[in-house]
Amino acid sequence: MTLSIFYFLSFLAILSALMVVVSKNPIHSVLYLIITFFAIAGHYVLLNAQFLAAVHVIVYAGAIMVLFLYVIMMLNLNAEVEPHKSVWLKSAATVAGGTLMVVLVGALRTSASVGSPLPADANIGLIKTLGKTLYKDFMLPFEISSILFLAAMVGAVMLGKKETK
Amino acid sequence: MQSLTNRSKVVVKKEMTFSERIYLPAILGGLRITLKHLFKKKATIQYPEVKREMAGIYRGQHVLKRDENGAERCTACGLCAVACPAEAITMTAAERSKGDEKLYREEKYAKVYEINMLRCIFCGLCEEACPKEAIFLTDRIVPTDFKRGEFIYGKDKLVEGVNNRVDVSIRQTTSVAEFKQVPNLQHNRLSN
Amino acid sequence: MSSALIFTTILIIVIFTITLVIAMYSTYGERKVAAFLQDRIGPNRAGPFGILQPMADGVKMFMKEEIIPDMSNKWLFILGPCIAMTTALMTSAVIPWGNSLSIGGESYSLQVTDVNIGILYIFGVVSIGVYGIMIGGWASNNKYSLMGALRASSQMISYEVAMGLAIIALVMMTGTLSVKEIAAQQSGGNWNVIYQPLGFIIFLVCAFAECNRTPFDLPECETELVGGYHTEYSSMKLGFYLFAEYINMFISSAVISTLYFGGYNMPFIARFISDPNLLTLLGTAFLFAKILFFIFFFMWIRWTIPRFRYDQLMNLGWKGLIPLSIANIFITALIMWLTGKVS
Repeated sequence: MTLSIFYFLSFLAILSALMVVVSKNPIHSVLYLIITFFAIAGHYVLLNAQFLAAVHVIVYAGAIMVLFLYVIMMLNLNAEVEPHKSVWLKSAATVAGGTLMVVLVGALRTSASVGSPLPADANIGLIKTLGKTLYKDFMLPFEISSILFLAAMVGAVMLGKKETK
Repeated sequence: MQSLTNRSKVVVKKEMTFSERIYLPAILGGLRITLKHLFKKKATIQYPEVKREMAGIYRGQHVLKRDENGAERCTACGLCAVACPAEAITMTAAERSKGDEKLYREEKYAKVYEINMLRCIFCGLCEEACPKEAIFLTDRIVPTDFKRGEFIYGKDKLVEGVNNRVDVSIRQTTSVAEFKQVPNLQHNRLSN
Repeated sequence: MSSALIFTTILIIVIFTITLVIAMYSTYGERKVAAFLQDRIGPNRAGPFGILQPMADGVKMFMKEEIIPDMSNKWLFILGPCIAMTTALMTSAVIPWGNSLSIGGESYSLQVTDVNIGILYIFGVVSIGVYGIMIGGWASNNKYSLMGALRASSQMISYEVAMGLAIIALVMMTGTLSVKEIAAQQSGGNWNVIYQPLGFIIFLVCAFAECNRTPFDLPECETELVGGYHTEYSSMKLGFYLFAEYINMFISSAVISTLYFGGYNMPFIARFISDPNLLTLLGTAFLFAKILFFIFFFMWIRWTIPRFRYDQLMNLGWKGLIPLSIANIFITALIMWLTGKVS
């Protein structure tokens, strides 16, 4: 049961991720990306990390992708206004992407023995364990990342402010 | 400028106080007002079942009166059509044939009498012009229809039924009625 | 099939039916409440007191011509109302509709699933709900629809932040994310609203904004945007959008009553009634009474307060509610620290 769900979700994730790249309409790309995120959230649930799944859906699918969609809708991108790319550019992009894939496949091949994908402790993804880990073992990185977010917020506010003359 | 009434208010744009800025007291006040209306008596009148009482001077759909014997009063003199500012009234006169004395009061009568209810402005000048007390405006509402043609009312809709009289006593003020009853006046003299 | 599974299936069907019936009769209630607040009578022709009016409306919706605009994106145009309806119905899975019933010696919980992150689940579903509006508005290929969709998305994201922060203070107090546990902690009239009045007000305002109800109904404001995101919709697809709005209203009333007003717990009654099953059913009835009151409150507000202007909406959300909810978190933390609840 779990295995078949895993295969289904993986298939869905890979297919929709491919569709993100392939589809012509940027709105469709965004929608396929959202499906990808849902499939990944499903994987988190399979790993018993419900908190991570919920936060993934709320933050990525619910907030970031909505803003993405918002911007793309505002820009009104479609096939007519898309800049035409030359064959030379397309083939160069294919070669560059293919090289990256070769590197990734090579890297994955050498580290083949990942071991069991399931964590040793089944409760590791639950919110109590996660909170304890975050606030005890990883206190400093956690706080530093919050400062990073604060800096990003200040920057966004600065960009968004009206210029006073 | 000197104000004409003492009701005018000077508009001042001032900073809102704290209680105004947090909206909540104003919202609660509004909720209180609407809640009061929840229990108030409703103003609705259930129209087709319950009809609103019209004022005595209300001018609605016309009626062509019959006299006390059931004969039509209208003699097709055309004064109402002349008086009508909207030119809504048309008629065709005809001579009364033998044996129709019960139906028509005088020897000339209106064969066709039509009022276009879309043109009519319900001013009531026709009833003022009428020398025979034949046409009156009543408190009935002209019903709606889907076709324009249906709004041209002929005698079938305008003449009151013999046994189904329309009461116009409110519009027929006593002074006017008395004036019109004076026997030696031209318009009240019966020609036969 | 185990008996627990059968019970859950029955429960899902019952909740589904109740949700749809309540949403259906909310349309009737909305019109009646509006009429009464405006000194009118409201619908009273279809059946006694007009109680068959929702059926008449439904038949009307189904009989209307189905129009899909020529230049629209057909699949997304159909997908929009589907997402709106699905997400509206999904939230009810984690709401505890009552304590547990014991049938034949076994006890069954009146909650479809007790996930330990129930509140986050609700948030996740609510945040997906905006896609129904956005996709529908964009696929219509109409500028009014697009404007409505953009307004809806920015409004919902903005108010989700304040809503989440208001909930954090509550979660700090209760120490759990499970909706059932939060409900159980409030037994004996120990309602959360007493400890979290500010958080409750913030949550309530945000719930109005999330449901697109007046005074925050900018996504569909008739006066400016000709119906906003559902301008191009007709027939039952429009019906789905309108229906989803009423379902959302019902669900958010249920969430408010569960999180802040004690859920299914009834103070003082437990002393007089010993039969646990009867007590559970009474508790469920009590919960529904609270839910109906909040639905009425939604309507009451709608027919009292005018719509906000768009910049006022954003000011209220970002400059008013978010700082307030952060302050609420600090106050809650301070009080918890002073009373020695945390070390």
